[in-house]
Amino acid sequence: MGSSPPELIARLAAICGREHVLTHEHALATYRSDGLLHYRQTPLAAVLPGSGEQVAAVVRACYEAEVPWVARGAGTGLSGGALPHHEGVLIVLSRLRRIVAIELEDGVVVVEPGVTNLAVSRAVAPSHFYPPDPSSQIVCSIGGNVAENSGGAHCFKYGFTTNYVIGLELVLSDGSVVELHRDDPGYDLLGAFVGSEGTLGVATKIWLRVVPAPESTRTLVAFFQDTGAAGDAVSGIVEAGLVPGAIEMMDRLSIEAAEQATGAGYRRDAGAALLVELDGPHEECLSGLEQIMELCRGAGALDVRVAQDEQERELMWRTRKAAFAAMGRIAPAYYVQDGVIPRTRLAEVLREIDRLAAEHELRVANVFHAGDGNLHPLVCYDSRREGEAKRAEELSGLIMRACVEAGGSITGEHGVGVDKKAYMPSMFSEPDLEAFQRLRCAFDPHGLANPGKVMPTPRLCGEVPGPYREHPLERAGIAERF
Amino acid sequence: MATISHTAPASFAEAAELLAGASADGRTVRFRGAGTKLDWGRPTEPAAIELRTGALAEILEHNAGDHTAVLQAGVPLAEAQRAFARAGQRVALDPPLGLDGAATIGGIVATADSGPLRHRFGAPRDLVLGVTVALSDGTLAKAGSKVIKNVAGYDLAKLFAGAFGTLGLILSVSVRLHPLPEAGTTALGATADPDVLAAAAVALSAAPLEFEALDVAWHRGRGGLLARCAGPEHARRGRRAAQRLAELELVDVDTTEDDEALWERQRAGQRSQDGAVVRIAHRPSDLAAVLRATDVAGGTLVGRAALGTSYVELPPNSVAGLRRAAAPGRTVLLDAPAALRAEVGPWDTPEAPALALMRSVKRRFDPTATCNPGLFVSGI
Repeated sequence: MGSSPPELIARLAAICGREHVLTHEHALATYRSDGLLHYRQTPLAAVLPGSGEQVAAVVRACYEAEVPWVARGAGTGLSGGALPHHEGVLIVLSRLRRIVAIELEDGVVVVEPGVTNLAVSRAVAPSHFYPPDPSSQIVCSIGGNVAENSGGAHCFKYGFTTNYVIGLELVLSDGSVVELHRDDPGYDLLGAFVGSEGTLGVATKIWLRVVPAPESTRTLVAFFQDTGAAGDAVSGIVEAGLVPGAIEMMDRLSIEAAEQATGAGYRRDAGAALLVELDGPHEECLSGLEQIMELCRGAGALDVRVAQDEQERELMWRTRKAAFAAMGRIAPAYYVQDGVIPRTRLAEVLREIDRLAAEHELRVANVFHAGDGNLHPLVCYDSRREGEAKRAEELSGLIMRACVEAGGSITGEHGVGVDKKAYMPSMFSEPDLEAFQRLRCAFDPHGLANPGKVMPTPRLCGEVPGPYREHPLERAGIAERF
Repeated sequence: MATISHTAPASFAEAAELLAGASADGRTVRFRGAGTKLDWGRPTEPAAIELRTGALAEILEHNAGDHTAVLQAGVPLAEAQRAFARAGQRVALDPPLGLDGAATIGGIVATADSGPLRHRFGAPRDLVLGVTVALSDGTLAKAGSKVIKNVAGYDLAKLFAGAFGTLGLILSVSVRLHPLPEAGTTALGATADPDVLAAAAVALSAAPLEFEALDVAWHRGRGGLLARCAGPEHARRGRRAAQRLAELELVDVDTTEDDEALWERQRAGQRSQDGAVVRIAHRPSDLAAVLRATDVAGGTLVGRAALGTSYVELPPNSVAGLRRAAAPGRTVLLDAPAALRAEVGPWDTPEAPALALMRSVKRRFDPTATCNPGLFVSGI
């Protein structure tokens, strides 16, 4: 058995300084939830280390005390991935916000995990930018992006966090430190770590690839009678071989809510709005824009508006980005879903969502990344009405299942966390889950890093069955090293 | 001990049973696709069983509208590309395909091999969306998905990509597809000055022209840059790239749409029949030093200018010198006589903490060390 909680807390204070260890109920209140507020848990303590070395010492102290821990970035996650453990330590990385190095000749930026997503792009502007751009990019941290393999509006063209992380300094659950780089010999542990939701360790330094900023950006919004017609336009664009930076769709309900909030001039009589952004070399953008306008008209667009300047472009985006927050204007509460479907099944799945919503007597607004089929249905409810919250939760689950049945995924960018872990078996069989567990156990055999997340049921690691048969060459490899 | 038996399972279940049986009997298994890269890795004793993926060679799905496909491991990449091309698509992977162009998708993913398109589209790890594998205890497991965006579960596809079959057998992969451009333009320029070439490579890496490939070539004190623009307005963008090359003091600057042979030569430069090939991962800005080291070694270099990935073909007796000169860049010895691979080891030794973690991963996935034992980094 490890040390008692008071002993551990004294040790954490010795590592980070008394003022950076929070144990009082009200001091911990800020940290009880991440961006998914309906999950709440008060940890034993929250610590705010000031360096990677302190993170390693904190994790080591937890390991010796046999106390679980959860890492937290900016707390904007939408799957409860940073939900504290009630007997554990919450390691808050917000003080680790140094940009360590900017090496533009090599297209590399090195940051600490608490640096915000937007700060990376700002640090390399105007010549370069960092493509993954979750909607929370002003506040969300790179450490959290790495844990969740965050996407954003531009991933149809540019890819995800995992395509841009080229090096990590990690603290493993025993407090040891390991550095992994893209071209290192051996397994792609870097690739395995990104998106592992804080269950394999915690990143204390991150090497990111940045890319040349596009020379030109053209943005348009097209309005359609319904989401089916807008979906046809998306198919037309993708089938023509065009790769816009972003293709975002909003349905009638989300347009209504967002317009109330921003007054940006989206047509309220439209059943769907499609925001398309092309970026790249001038010539390609111009010819692509013409083609897309034509394709939208061909799919029956009521109206196509092209942003004439940066101000108009920002207004178009503001409406799209306001959609989540604006839901508050038409419903007191909502669940955000994050299912993904093969893009060609869009019309069919949206009809199914409508049917399920009607059956549950609830309204669902749809805002989504249309290019990659990542839906964000917002299931609206009012918890003051009896049974409505429960119906909304049920409906959310059915929507997830509909996405999986269409050949998709329960989550495209928000992560599994605590919120979707019960739905993992709808996508993965028991042997699949066991294979995941092998990876987790290889990194964290004692199950101290973010336990209770991702996997549907608690699992222990146990010993590797049977003696491992070392190959003679492997033995020789060891002999070489020592 | 010679290889005892060859086998080519015709189903996933059969492959899994075979592995479980071998593991239980303490027999080792060596995986083989088309056999185009069998010499990569550490030379090992012949395995008890050679498991071939030749009977698992079906394109299971091609979802043209979704730009995805699911391929069994034994599908030759060239065959898959022909099928995708009929829908105006491709999987954006272009490694050298070996004799007869036979390299399979399973082998390419297992060795993480790539070609010039890595510049824009990444390595196999970046294009593989999901994977189905057989483990040595007979487990059949899948990870990832068939959609281009998914974060549910651990990314085992990345773990198995480049693992050289040491964690288990890849049975099928789902991949993202991209539009196949109808035509492209390559801008090229030459120089005999490594510093001029390196500076031009850095400058073009930062140019907003969205090249699908940006390669360097170097042989005996002279070389050049090749930048390919494909898709809409490729000719105009190609001319802009050429103009930029001229400004950067490259000579013999030209553009061509008839560029297939140029790029085939770049791919071919990554392999060697009777010499050796060292892959170097270096900072892109260290290119000049790598070019000079190549000259000293009497080698020929092709590589990805913006990524700092260079392949040097050279005489086997120059390998050790080049690897020393390339430090702190990471090196891997790919093609080479077996004696040399046995003597120096194909890979650099990982740092101790990373190696410990890799051994831990190996033990969890293949505790009986049945799959390709001894082949990989540090004898894993």
